[in-house]
Amino acid sequence: MAHEVHAHSEVHHEPKSFWTKYIFSQDAKIIGIQYLITAFVMGFIAMVLSWLMRLQLGFPGKAFPWLEKLLPNAAQGGILNQDFYLAAVTMHGTIMIFFFITAAGTGGFSNFLIPLQIGARDMAFPFVNMLSYWVYLAACIVLVASFFVPGGPAGGGWTMYPPLSSTKEALMGSGWGATLWLIALALFIASTTMGSLNYITTVLNLRTRGMTMGRLPLTVWALFITAILGLLSFPVLFAAAVMLLLDRHLGTSFFTPYLVVSDKHIPHEGGNPILWQHLFWFLAHPEVYIAILPSMGITSEVLATNARKPIFGYRMMVASIAAIAFLSFIVWGHHMFVSGMNPMLGTAFMTTTLLIAVPSAIKTFNWLTTLWGGNLRFTTAMLFAIGFVSTFVTGGLTGIFLGNPPIDIQLHDTYFVVAHFHFVMGVSAVFGLFAGVYHWFPKMFGRMMNETLGKLHFWLTFIGVYFIFFPMHYLGFLGVPRRYYAFDQYEFIPQALVHNINVVISIAAFLVGAAQLLFVLNFLWSAFKGPKADRNPWKANTLEWQAPSPPPHGNWGDELPVVYRWPYDYSVPGAPEDFIPQTVPPTPARVRGDGGDGGQQR
Amino acid sequence: MPTQKREGRIEGVLLPLLLVILVIVAAVTVAFARHFGWWLRPLASEHGAAIDRLFVITLVITGLVFILVQSLLALFVFRYRGENGRRAIFYPDNPRLEITWTVIPAAILTALILSGGRLWSRIQLTPPPPDAFAVEVWGQQFKWAIRYPGKDGKFGRTDMRLISGDNPLGIDTKDPASKDDIFFPAGEGELHIPVGKPVVVYLRSKDVIHSFYVPQFRVKQDAVPGMVTRVWFVPTKKGTFEIACAELCGQGHYTMRGVLIVEDEEKVREWLAQQSTVADLIP
Amino acid sequence: MQWRTTMALVSSLALALGLSCAQKKQEPKVVKTGAAAGTATIKGVVKFQGTPLKPRMISMKQDKKCDALHKGKPVASDEFVLNSNGTLKWVLVYVKNPPKGNYKPPSKPVVLDQKGCHYTPHVFGIMVGQPLEILNSDGFLHNVHFIGKKNPQFNQAQPTSAVKIRKQFKSPELPPDSYFKCDVHPWMKAWVGIFDHPFFAVSGDDGSFTISGLPAGTYEIEAWHEKLGKQTQKVTVKAGETKTITFTFKR
Repeated sequence: MAHEVHAHSEVHHEPKSFWTKYIFSQDAKIIGIQYLITAFVMGFIAMVLSWLMRLQLGFPGKAFPWLEKLLPNAAQGGILNQDFYLAAVTMHGTIMIFFFITAAGTGGFSNFLIPLQIGARDMAFPFVNMLSYWVYLAACIVLVASFFVPGGPAGGGWTMYPPLSSTKEALMGSGWGATLWLIALALFIASTTMGSLNYITTVLNLRTRGMTMGRLPLTVWALFITAILGLLSFPVLFAAAVMLLLDRHLGTSFFTPYLVVSDKHIPHEGGNPILWQHLFWFLAHPEVYIAILPSMGITSEVLATNARKPIFGYRMMVASIAAIAFLSFIVWGHHMFVSGMNPMLGTAFMTTTLLIAVPSAIKTFNWLTTLWGGNLRFTTAMLFAIGFVSTFVTGGLTGIFLGNPPIDIQLHDTYFVVAHFHFVMGVSAVFGLFAGVYHWFPKMFGRMMNETLGKLHFWLTFIGVYFIFFPMHYLGFLGVPRRYYAFDQYEFIPQALVHNINVVISIAAFLVGAAQLLFVLNFLWSAFKGPKADRNPWKANTLEWQAPSPPPHGNWGDELPVVYRWPYDYSVPGAPEDFIPQTVPPTPARVRGDGGDGGQQR
Repeated sequence: MPTQKREGRIEGVLLPLLLVILVIVAAVTVAFARHFGWWLRPLASEHGAAIDRLFVITLVITGLVFILVQSLLALFVFRYRGENGRRAIFYPDNPRLEITWTVIPAAILTALILSGGRLWSRIQLTPPPPDAFAVEVWGQQFKWAIRYPGKDGKFGRTDMRLISGDNPLGIDTKDPASKDDIFFPAGEGELHIPVGKPVVVYLRSKDVIHSFYVPQFRVKQDAVPGMVTRVWFVPTKKGTFEIACAELCGQGHYTMRGVLIVEDEEKVREWLAQQSTVADLIP
Repeated sequence: MQWRTTMALVSSLALALGLSCAQKKQEPKVVKTGAAAGTATIKGVVKFQGTPLKPRMISMKQDKKCDALHKGKPVASDEFVLNSNGTLKWVLVYVKNPPKGNYKPPSKPVVLDQKGCHYTPHVFGIMVGQPLEILNSDGFLHNVHFIGKKNPQFNQAQPTSAVKIRKQFKSPELPPDSYFKCDVHPWMKAWVGIFDHPFFAVSGDDGSFTISGLPAGTYEIEAWHEKLGKQTQKVTVKAGETKTITFTFKR
């Protein structure tokens, strides 16, 4: 025993002090948890911002004295002002997409799951990995700091279209706020790039014996392909962000033509605002898949484990992730059908966009078939995974409207779009993240979460999100534009109806937000007081469940695990139990192949 | 967590129930959306009919898929809720089945692509007829400015550098074509266009990106500073319509309303004849 | 000192009232807060000769709420207002070479209101350091956008009448450099002359103006109209004297 420990510590010097173990940790698991917690805190901030938006939209013109006390500069007279409303819209989107979903999905789960699920001791570059988290934290701080600068945070929407975002005269938030936004995003991209390099290298080089690519769990496949997407697309936005900073501060004209803003001549020359849109969406479309793919991976894993069935069509699942990733690079123009881009391009982008629905359909039907004939165990994680399938379908189908340019003319920038992307990449992605946290919490903290509270959290959230986002489709039918502070100027908007719908949405939003406190409570309580978890509480096959809960530094004791089979040998006929971990050699039970590349072992 | 007697007694019933309610509510509300008035604003342009048709076709197709998938989800969750002692079916793949649900969506989507593409090229790739009624609409925080070409049918040259309090659109008065142009500074004019005649709107912006959106016309096109974009349509109904801004343009975005009056061509001409021209307004 | 402050208050109140109502004749104003207070007065009238500018009619149809305030009728612009006696309204008149001295600004604010989607008054003067109170009697969104070359710009939304904006200016500045606009209603405009002395006035409904409290001396008096430009006259006054001058703008 002593010998083993000794051998171990030769490979990985385990840090002893609290600081090196939990704060400046180079252990991927700790970094993953740091990422997750930071991201959830950011997500909470973004949710509070959405409350403020809903307060205005549901109860326009109503004065809330407490609001003035809370935000003396943003709610004079107790009514949220227009500038802060736009800042809330912008920061809600930015934080949710980049700083919450992307950070939690790629930063959090990649770090926690990749080394454990491929049988590695840690990431390929632990120091870079630590750096990645700290740069991410710096990005968060810079972004949150923008709430306290003159003019407030950026308000040009998360898409930051210039010249609105490049001209300080055009918008309150386009002064300091926009500068900090761009710096925060540049830092975030630096962090993601370091992370992505690490994830890709780790998956390619550090798989344990027997863990062929064809035996990787779908979570790892999803995280691996997400990392490739991020590595290839984020730098483009980095370049664009730097160019926009130059336009703003050094008088270049990449995106900014000659302008007259509020009677003031702003002598830029020849810049093209549409160039930013191309560069932005070249990242930002892959970005929505960067946000959703980890959750798809988590969903696949959680569904299979809790249906006690192999994931249906493993190879098709991998292929469809790859297809989605590939296609996601050539669909960005569907955000720009009415932008003034050459309409010829519209036809091309429509084709690729509607094609991307095919791999999404395959995934959906494969998840359904995974449930078919299963013996479903409704853990909280499982409920969120099933919820993911439901909301993903709801949101995905509306994409078929928006990807078709003639229909998009009418629906573009209306609440239909808000409904679409919240279902397909907001709610779904967050459901995936919740499923992941509930599923892997025992492995992260060695304790179980409270299932009753967890299920209550699910029911309230699942019902609530449909109340919030489903009615927005009808607002979209009515042509109600998004990012409006109020709707009372327009006669084409049926005032009473739209107001009633908005009241329902707002109340649902407050309730769903409050329900998230159950999660926070459950998380904190369980982390310290939850019942102790054993190694494999869900009777799952993947490697991490063979490590202690929580796994020690270096994950595996003296010997790395050896993999003999794919991760989805559930309910194999003739086997003594309804699951066979990947480490079980083929002899006793009938071996189901490796599902991929003919079982070659490295 | 060891499996107890029968897990998921509640979840396996409640979740399917919720999904069924969702399907029913969604199906009923969408089917009667027009009846409830939760529908597209009444159509008032020629090309809009085809857009609405494609919209309805897409709605029916996606609606059926929605009902199918959510119902199957509900059914499977209900039917296969966990029982002790039962073992799930080992069913890892079935290439034929998977090819089926690759090919069918692909076929449906191809059909949609084809019809969408054809309509798109009709709306966007066909140039307006040469005799179309032309007007220029400028976005400016947070109202619309308007310019008509005047009797000669030609817009005078403009230059952003010439913009001043007296000359809000930067019209070059040295250009003879500009003398008879009729313009209205942002927020001060009404946009009069003829009914039943092709109307082409040239869109420009002085400051940030705006979007010219008339819901009843099924028209939306961004106005981008530094370039001219174009949209054309045939109004089919007389009356007063609203222009809304559909691209976030700042603090007053939600108040950026314009008024568009569709009337007989003679009336438009009559009204135009009463308006002051550049020669009157710019010294 | 007491009575001087009181007088300053009274007179600036009168000024504010006169400007905001823009109906009453401009009261003679005796602001003698600093050094070089005098007793001479310059009175005058601004006349117009020639063909009047066609009144620019503003249709507020683009804004439902403004339009409702005017019952759907177009409203004449304030940019060229010819009084019934042939004089011009909204002409800013001021002493170009004021007597040297430190003039304490009155503490009573100048009031700028937004009413019927118009700034009231359309033209006004204010002293450096004097408070400016901006009201929104309309009660719906306006944004107060000050544009100047020497004073920092500000652009502040006023979503309701509950929100009052208070501002002060730091440097003297004259229109057309300095003005207020509303980006939500681009036709709304108010011109402001910012002075480091109290010797300025705006012509009213009878085209008259009065600048008082001047010490004896020779002054250059300038009159500015937003469409018709500037004119200057030299006037010499003795202590206690009241002189009458006439500006005539031609077109």
